[in-house]
Amino acid sequence: MDILRRSLLSLGLAALLAGPGLAGPAWAEPQTITVASTTSTEQSGLFKHLLPRFTEKTGIGVKVVALGTGQALDVGRRGDADVVFVHDRAAEEKFVAEGFGTKRHAVMYNDFVVAGPKADPAGARGGDVTASFARIAAVKAPFVSRGDRSGTHAAELRYWKEAGLDLGAVRGEWYKDVGQGMGPALNTASAANAYILADRGTWLSFRNRGDLAILVQGDKRLFNQYGVLLVNPEKHPQVKAKEGQAFVDWLIAPDGQRAIADYKIEGEQLFFPTAEAGKS
Amino acid sequence: MYETLTDTFSRLASLDREVVAIAWLSLRVSVSAVLIGCAVGIPLGALVAVAHFPGRQGVVGLMNASMGLPPVIVGLVIYLLLSRSGPFGPFGLLFTPAAMVAAQSVLVTPLIAALTRQIVADAEAHLGEQLRSLRLSAWRRAGILIFDVRFSLLTAVLAAFGRAISEIGAVLVVGGNIDGFTRTMTTAISLETQKGDLALALALGLVLMALVVAVNAAASLLRSYAARAYG
Repeated sequence: MDILRRSLLSLGLAALLAGPGLAGPAWAEPQTITVASTTSTEQSGLFKHLLPRFTEKTGIGVKVVALGTGQALDVGRRGDADVVFVHDRAAEEKFVAEGFGTKRHAVMYNDFVVAGPKADPAGARGGDVTASFARIAAVKAPFVSRGDRSGTHAAELRYWKEAGLDLGAVRGEWYKDVGQGMGPALNTASAANAYILADRGTWLSFRNRGDLAILVQGDKRLFNQYGVLLVNPEKHPQVKAKEGQAFVDWLIAPDGQRAIADYKIEGEQLFFPTAEAGKS
Repeated sequence: MYETLTDTFSRLASLDREVVAIAWLSLRVSVSAVLIGCAVGIPLGALVAVAHFPGRQGVVGLMNASMGLPPVIVGLVIYLLLSRSGPFGPFGLLFTPAAMVAAQSVLVTPLIAALTRQIVADAEAHLGEQLRSLRLSAWRRAGILIFDVRFSLLTAVLAAFGRAISEIGAVLVVGGNIDGFTRTMTTAISLETQKGDLALALALGLVLMALVVAVNAAASLLRSYAARAYG
């Protein structure tokens, strides 16, 4: 009897502890969409700035899963997100062509910078990203690559190619492929005093810079376009199409575009709105 | 280094309600997973200890090896199961706390089962002959032995809790580290490390360790109280 009573008591306690909130929110907030996005938008703090404004206006909550662009698109492909918000135009267009997304909308751009040791042993400083990459490779100066199929990684591979280098042939111990997000890659570069391609947003909000500084910026090729896509409800019927579309529409409308332009770190604007609707 | 540490303590003082909410979620997820792990693992471990059946050594080996299941792999498998494109997709559990509980349950159940088996097997070495002479079923013998070693089992439960609350691989993959929804202590620490805010990451780490110490202290108090009252 005693054992029974105590077992019941502990079961009740467990239910009390575990019950509310664990399974709850999934059903309690039907007005919530899941957005698969990139580490750069999440870690730069942009979403913390945008989402409360959107939720206040529409009553729709937004949950953000921050991954590399490639992974975020995969999450969309499997139907585990309602909206994908990423930055790799070629991959986004493929996503639409495969029928997983309805339409790609340009939202905003930011830019990449090449950071490296202040002493700049490779002489990479300048305004031409491919020339800098060529000089880094020429002296085999330590370089940290994301190596994670992210939009930033895709851009980096593009620059090597445009610099006329076959990465497979020239890479060696100097080229450190860390396979991680922007933050961990920056941590590695900071510890190894290495060169790295980073998005400006993450760079500005990154605290552990060590001896690194921006060496290359302003090259037009360093512009980084973000796109937003609704996951195709015909492929995945559970996609919250109405709410997801509302988020896409808000982002490219004057309201959302202004909110994007308003976001600043240390007085510096990080993202520049580009949607057609926002230009009016 | 020194600078980071002094910064850590100043950050510790300014930790806010958000951190409390994150710690509370971590606690709820891991405790739920451990409770599920106990409900399955303790009877399972005890049964394997007392019952004799062909292939028993294999089962024991499998249980012991499963204590070392890599959290990321468990997370990945649960992710594929719960994904919209997976068999349990229609329930929409991916990226929810429930998914994290599921993944951690899979992680801790073998641990609890394996440790229970060892503890019960040791007890059976003393009492087994008597129990068998009473011609009790394996279920009854397992039940009696579990009750007999109930205080020792606390160690298994605490080990499981320690594994659950400190792992990141599984909760990150199936929870998605969503701000205010599935962000746990470990994923928050990892995020702050990624942002290069090492002081805040360390401060959160101290909170997590305090949480683990508090749970262990509470368990040992409960144990000595129960031992005096019912032992």
